[in-house]
Amino acid sequence: MGETPHRSADAGTGGIRVASSGQQRPAGASARVAESPVSTRTPGGDGLGGGGGLPRARAFGAERAFRGLTLAAGTAVLVIIAAIAVFLIAKAVPALGANTENFWTYEGWSPNDTAPKFGIGTLAFGTVLSSALALLIAVPVALGIALYLSHYAPRRLGTALGFLIDLLAAVPSVVFGLWGRDIFVNPVRDFSAWLNQYFGWIPIFGGDGPFGKSIMLGSLVLAIMVLPIITSLSREVFLQTPTANEEAALALGATRWEMIRTAVLPYGRPGIIAAVMLGLGRALGETIALAMTLGITFGISFNLIENGGNTIAANIANAFGEANDTGRGALIASGLVLFTITLIVNITARAIIYRRREFTESAA
Amino acid sequence: MTTTIANHRTRPPAQPATLRARRLPRYAPPAIALAALLVAAAVVYGTGIGGPVLVVVVAALLYLAGLFAASNAVEGRRSARNRTWSALIHSAFVLAVLPLASVVWTLVSKGVERLDGDFFNTSMNNIGARDPNGGAYHAIVGTLEQVGIAALITVPLGILCAIYVVEYGRGRFAFAIRFFVDVMTGIPSIVSGLFVLAFWVLVVSPVFNDGRPGFSGFAAALALSVLMLPTVVRSTEEMLRLVPAPLREGAYALGVPKWKTILRVVLPTALPGIVTGVMLAVARAAGETAPVLLVAGGGAAINFNPFENNQSSLALFVYQQAGDASKYAPARAWTAALTLVALVLILTVAAKLLARRNRLGR
Amino acid sequence: MAKRIDASNVTAYYGAFKAIEDINLTVEPKTVTALIGPSGCGKSTFLRSINRMHEVLPGARVEGDLTIDGQNIYDRDVDVTAVRRMIGMVFQRPNPFPTMSIFENVVAGLRLNGLRKKSILDEAAERALRSANLWDEVKDRLGKPGAGLSGGQQQRLCIARTIAVEPQVVLMDEPCSALDPISTLAIEDLMFQLKDKFTIIIVTHNMQQAARVSDRTAFFSIEKTGDPGRLIEYDNTQKIFSNPSQKKTEDYITGRFG
Repeated sequence: MGETPHRSADAGTGGIRVASSGQQRPAGASARVAESPVSTRTPGGDGLGGGGGLPRARAFGAERAFRGLTLAAGTAVLVIIAAIAVFLIAKAVPALGANTENFWTYEGWSPNDTAPKFGIGTLAFGTVLSSALALLIAVPVALGIALYLSHYAPRRLGTALGFLIDLLAAVPSVVFGLWGRDIFVNPVRDFSAWLNQYFGWIPIFGGDGPFGKSIMLGSLVLAIMVLPIITSLSREVFLQTPTANEEAALALGATRWEMIRTAVLPYGRPGIIAAVMLGLGRALGETIALAMTLGITFGISFNLIENGGNTIAANIANAFGEANDTGRGALIASGLVLFTITLIVNITARAIIYRRREFTESAA
Repeated sequence: MTTTIANHRTRPPAQPATLRARRLPRYAPPAIALAALLVAAAVVYGTGIGGPVLVVVVAALLYLAGLFAASNAVEGRRSARNRTWSALIHSAFVLAVLPLASVVWTLVSKGVERLDGDFFNTSMNNIGARDPNGGAYHAIVGTLEQVGIAALITVPLGILCAIYVVEYGRGRFAFAIRFFVDVMTGIPSIVSGLFVLAFWVLVVSPVFNDGRPGFSGFAAALALSVLMLPTVVRSTEEMLRLVPAPLREGAYALGVPKWKTILRVVLPTALPGIVTGVMLAVARAAGETAPVLLVAGGGAAINFNPFENNQSSLALFVYQQAGDASKYAPARAWTAALTLVALVLILTVAAKLLARRNRLGR
Repeated sequence: MAKRIDASNVTAYYGAFKAIEDINLTVEPKTVTALIGPSGCGKSTFLRSINRMHEVLPGARVEGDLTIDGQNIYDRDVDVTAVRRMIGMVFQRPNPFPTMSIFENVVAGLRLNGLRKKSILDEAAERALRSANLWDEVKDRLGKPGAGLSGGQQQRLCIARTIAVEPQVVLMDEPCSALDPISTLAIEDLMFQLKDKFTIIIVTHNMQQAARVSDRTAFFSIEKTGDPGRLIEYDNTQKIFSNPSQKKTEDYITGRFG
């Protein structure tokens, strides 16, 4: 890409301007091509073919206008991001000022009282706990399915099931929430009671009930939701493993599993990390499914099976209805915390992927 | 050097003495499975600690252990590993299919209950807790309008932004835009809802609204736009990069200015891919509940005007009905969920089929 | 070390398509045998069926007998992985594992076989790299990515990886077609040295190469597109290139078709 524009730029008269811009992005260099003949030839008047002044001038205007338009669109992204930060902070600060308890440590959420009291700690804890559990369950299973679809199932079956998984990844979260609340809660309640009966001596399975709308239900629903997403992405990555590398492993006498471990998994590692991080981002920000399946209590507890649990996002959905001005500000403040957490996760993921990609690309 | 090393090794380390290998007979895996099932049943029912589900779970674990042990004894460690991982991967598949199949089955079986004309022709206006009827007409209108407006905003903006990044942008500024598009991809939907709440509903709209916060369908569209924009930019960007260079060069060689080349040659070539990306973004936006919940206000009556007064959406309707105490509410929730899934899946399937038919370069 | 290979009535399919039919030939130990012929004549297919790599492709299968020192590798109780350990393969394009270092690439096959001890692996890696004439070029950067080498070095790395498990036969599928003339020469030199220890079968499009490196040459051809490939002539390389007994062979090596 961009080979020809480069050459024509050098051949043309716009050398000075091209030189400043030609290196970073080949396509960018060609942007100058259209302009440079105009800017330098018009005054000199010795342009090829002559008499091109009027149409060229118009083309120059349109080129500039179009470029300005795209630049404005690009800038809009930056403006939106800045606006998100500015408006969230602006609305959160007054509420944080009115808070009569410590925002980080207080366990509870009563921002609508005359003496507003609210704390993010328990919510952030619930968010991280439920997402971590969900990934712990979903990732191994998702990778297993992805490997099944890409390397074990007959090709046609793999393609067809892969398409189905893609579709499941598109199912809205409210549907999973509804299913979790109406259907899945029953087996989970039975399972929780069973765990409590035989393993109640382990604190995470302790308590006297009621069971059901617990961290366990929320995490399981979350796991089932992110499962298709992680599966679909990692399946694509596994399918991209170069056949040459798979054959190299087989030709060394590898069994199927050894071939996967030598060729497929190392090659797909950056892709797997990206998929997991995307799933984590989804899980952290998931609102409705958790608002429908968690018991919504305040208090930090590792108990997985008793009714309870809450997350930042679920709390926003639940508490928004009765929030007054300070209440909304408090929710926005919690949203800001959530935004920061997901931002950190995202940036970490990008950093990992970029670093890994350099290794595999210099290698490939 | 080479020879001394070769001499002090007696036998090649990796070479099998014979090509023949002892194999587990074909009946062995099913036999192990049967034995595992029997042992599990005996243990579980003997001690009385659980029912058939526990039997299956224990049997599965016993099967894996038994298979590994048998294969390890007969075929060796490598083969045993291969068999066990193979079994694990297959069971991961079965394990995941169960809940996902349950979701689909429940959705269809419970969803058809209220799948009648009434559901698509009436709203929830004046429907009390004891009324079995009521419908989602207002919600469907809301979803279509909000998603439509969001698409109108994001499609031109996203495509222009992608053109800037691919065709014009360079240096730090373009890198910053790419980076922040990535950042935007990770914004949780509830945060985009909060943003529009803080920006549009509480600050800007009161100016036109006598100082009252203006919950509206348009606000929901804005929130959905924030979610759709990065998807549209990224997919357009990818498609633009796939347009073969000779196409552009051909146009440049004819003296066509760059902007015309982009609009007349590059965009049409990339169009199918761009449409696919937009449709996937729309499908995702249509299923979003959280932002709509915060800024559209809900509402039970039909409101065609997205700029004034509360609006609902299908996803929000599902959430509201799910929280409703009326005994008729769950049926409405499931039917609305089925409608929503149908809408989303039609868009997704169409997008994927389109993508399959027009593959640029790959 | 090296072993004799007998093919009798070998026929290979891709699904319903018959790629080669009734191939009969014997390869003596410690020789280099070249398979030549026009594109699509099935020489690569035949090569891949010698170490059972053909059946890796979906729908592909092989009929007939292929024995190595009397053991039929297509017998039902034969372990495929053992066959492939005994009969190594070098591919057309260099394919080092992209995420592994040079060292890890060379010992990949040994690690699969359960060798973990560092001293043994070090020794084996050095031996294999020396045998592949690569040791002096890479000994200071064994920890660097294998894919950072030049094309010719990568191909010699792949050869080192193949011979590190000390197979008895080495199959080479157009090993020089992606390489420049100098790298090609290096690999050809290597083949001369390797035939002291291994039986080598090489598929090549380059007739000069076949004439230079091989002891015996098998000429494959097809009647027309869609027909299965057949073995037309198999003889000493000198005879094939100076005085072939078949008209077709002569046409091909004198450049009249193919």
